[in-house]
Amino acid sequence: MRRFLFLLPLVLFVGVGVAFFLGFGRDPRAIPSVLIDKPVPEFALAALPGRDKADARGLATADLRGDVTLVNVFASWCVPCKVEHPIITRLAREEGITVHAINHKDKPADALAWLTRNGDPYDRVGADPDGRASIEWGVYGVPETFLVDREGRIRFKHVGPLTPAVVEETIIPLVKQLRKG
Amino acid sequence: MRALLLAVMLAVAAAVPAPVRAVQPDEVLADPALEGRAREISRDLRCLVCQNQSIDDSNAPLARDLRVLVRERLEAGDSNTEVLAYVTNRYGDYVLLNPPFKATTLLLWVGPFVLLAIGAVTVAVYLRRRVAPGGGDTAPLSEDERRRLDALLKDGT
Repeated sequence: MRRFLFLLPLVLFVGVGVAFFLGFGRDPRAIPSVLIDKPVPEFALAALPGRDKADARGLATADLRGDVTLVNVFASWCVPCKVEHPIITRLAREEGITVHAINHKDKPADALAWLTRNGDPYDRVGADPDGRASIEWGVYGVPETFLVDREGRIRFKHVGPLTPAVVEETIIPLVKQLRKG
Repeated sequence: MRALLLAVMLAVAAAVPAPVRAVQPDEVLADPALEGRAREISRDLRCLVCQNQSIDDSNAPLARDLRVLVRERLEAGDSNTEVLAYVTNRYGDYVLLNPPFKATTLLLWVGPFVLLAIGAVTVAVYLRRRVAPGGGDTAPLSEDERRRLDALLKDGT
């Protein structure tokens, strides 16, 4: 036992190194959501006024049952939202995933202009002018994206703009799995 | 000269703005008791945008929304713990600047004391060992050693 004591500093150093490596690799802004595996919160939003789609309806808790859906929280004033928009569009148009949106603290006219300019891949868009529904969802920074299963439970949450890596490695596999199950 | 210096200092003091309070006048509740409780709760809630400020200190829009929410819950008759539970149900324990004591936060609360105990044990063991060579538990000289020692001492004189 004694003979190996000289290894102790090395072992401690490796331990601290591993802890720091894992610790610094994490994003300190990523806050674990308490809503994972919980039902979608109770909320009801009116449709974004003036959105001209055949089914321009609002978004409420009951709308998120029955299908695997993504709920994207966006705003026209949010720059990263624009960055992730092509990815959202691809998920909706090419992967055939229903994507709903919560328009967070936005002016309807601005949101409409933004959707006209950048494309509107959303099924339902609920307007949340005072950000109250977003609080129910535990949103603390737009954009945020939630994956909701058929039973209306939140299964995954991504804070910040969606990246191709998150989409390929997490969202698409999870959607496939949830659709089967 | 002294009067001039005083005047300059007063001018500087007047020019530097007092620390800005984040709570806006339109948020303040009419009932001072309720407002007091709201301030108390707000100081315990972390602003998720700035992370190291409480929502009572922060000017972020989300902090404002949460302050208004806290006041609404209080006006609806919630107790302080109910308001805190309402917010943690949505944002998790992370929003509490004073994290609760439970399994996941055990290391946080107990960790420093564990380290202190390890340190105390290490120091105790070290001190004990250091005393030992001078202590009474050294073996007495054997007959052979005594003879050699005597011989050496004789040589020296």
